Amino acid sequence: MTELVKVKNLHKSFGTLDVLKGINLTVEAGETVVLLGSSGSGKSTLLRCINFMETPTEGRVYLNGEAVGDDVNGKMRYKEADLCKLRSRIGMVFQHFNLFPHMSVLQNVMEGQITVLGRRQEEAKDKSMAQLQRVGLAEKASEYPSRLSGGQKQRVAIARALAMDPEVMLFDEVTSALDPELVGEVLKTMRQLAEEGMTMICVTHELGFAYHVANRVLFLNQGEIHEEGQPQALLKTPKTQRMREFLDGHALFKLPE
Amino acid sequence: MDYNWDFATLFQNWRVFWIGLQGTLLMFGVTAVLGMSGGLVIGIMRYMKTPILAWPARAFVEIFRNVPVLVQIIWFYYAFPILTGVETSPFLAAVLGISLNTMAFSAEIYRAGIQSVEKGQWEAGKAIGMSFAQTMRRIILPVALKRVLPALTNRGIEVFKMSTLASVVAYVETLNQAKLIADLNYNPIESYTAVAVIFFVVLYPVVQATYVIERKLSRSDQ
Repeated sequence: MTELVKVKNLHKSFGTLDVLKGINLTVEAGETVVLLGSSGSGKSTLLRCINFMETPTEGRVYLNGEAVGDDVNGKMRYKEADLCKLRSRIGMVFQHFNLFPHMSVLQNVMEGQITVLGRRQEEAKDKSMAQLQRVGLAEKASEYPSRLSGGQKQRVAIARALAMDPEVMLFDEVTSALDPELVGEVLKTMRQLAEEGMTMICVTHELGFAYHVANRVLFLNQGEIHEEGQPQALLKTPKTQRMREFLDGHALFKLPE
Repeated sequence: MDYNWDFATLFQNWRVFWIGLQGTLLMFGVTAVLGMSGGLVIGIMRYMKTPILAWPARAFVEIFRNVPVLVQIIWFYYAFPILTGVETSPFLAAVLGISLNTMAFSAEIYRAGIQSVEKGQWEAGKAIGMSFAQTMRRIILPVALKRVLPALTNRGIEVFKMSTLASVVAYVETLNQAKLIADLNYNPIESYTAVAVIFFVVLYPVVQATYVIERKLSRSDQ
């Protein structure tokens, strides 16, 4: 197995607030890893440090074996151009979709391919249509984002990320802003991706998704990996009190079986 | 009030007004283009977090926003040549005064527009590997410009009317020509009324047209 993403001793602080306190994580090609944790646990920050939406305060990130940045006397230096290149190799999907409102669905998916990857118009269009097909929205290609439902917007955002041929996909609470009845279509798309062998790191509160789709679940607490393991074991029988509380909180108003 | 209006002499001199209107249109065209494109550059500089860009832009805006255009035009015409040894024509003095003022005002409009774009748009651009400049050009500016179009239209109307200030240094434009005719024919009431009518007749249809464009543009957002 190849180590696709590796995070070594990652720290991130905002001012005096230490959000991440030394995270070590290795994700292998084809794996789906789910990050769980309560708000403020650092899970989103960890995700955003992997593609340098946030710059880590300390520690190293490796993509496909290559270290990101240059070590200058123990202090990491990152060139903006290198980080742009890195981000183009990592797909990211956000909670609030962030589709470009002035572009049609098709243009949204084509934009990065043309501006960043320098693909030709025709090629980018074909790629985009193929990805829209994949998320089941080919017939919406000429619509503007404002005409789509939340679930459709999020699937377009997924297609936009996929069209860049990313090596790994990051999902940052992508169903949290959706109406409950629209959550399913997005999770289904994500499961399909996982089954097709995409490497995925997902921050989510959907325990069912973690249970059925993830290969591995990490529970973050106060900036550290508190517990990790196979979803079936971890979600049914957590070892720590803290994780049990977290899971109980989610199951507070569960329907009776 | 029984004033006998006499527009006949004005019509005899319509060429004088025509030359004036051409001067007005030229002044408007040059100052609007310089002012609004320069304003875009300064607005972006002002938005940036790099102090070496942001601070000069801020100083520029504060200076040229708080000095009256009329004073600037007079200053560029009378003071600037003495200080620098560079002669300024009435045209140049007026262009400098009006476009610098327009740059300062439109810079603030652009900056407000850029700031109004949701942070998520920057994130989305960044996440697919776009640089700051690419995100600005492809994502942020198109959205921002659409939003500030009404404010820019307003500025444009203002710039058009400001062109009359150039008459203070005897630049040949509509108001200056009206004064000429008023002095020759002793009919200031008719002459200056004609100026008011000319400005209204030229501006009103243009402004109506921009409303239509604004409405069309906002429709694609719904």
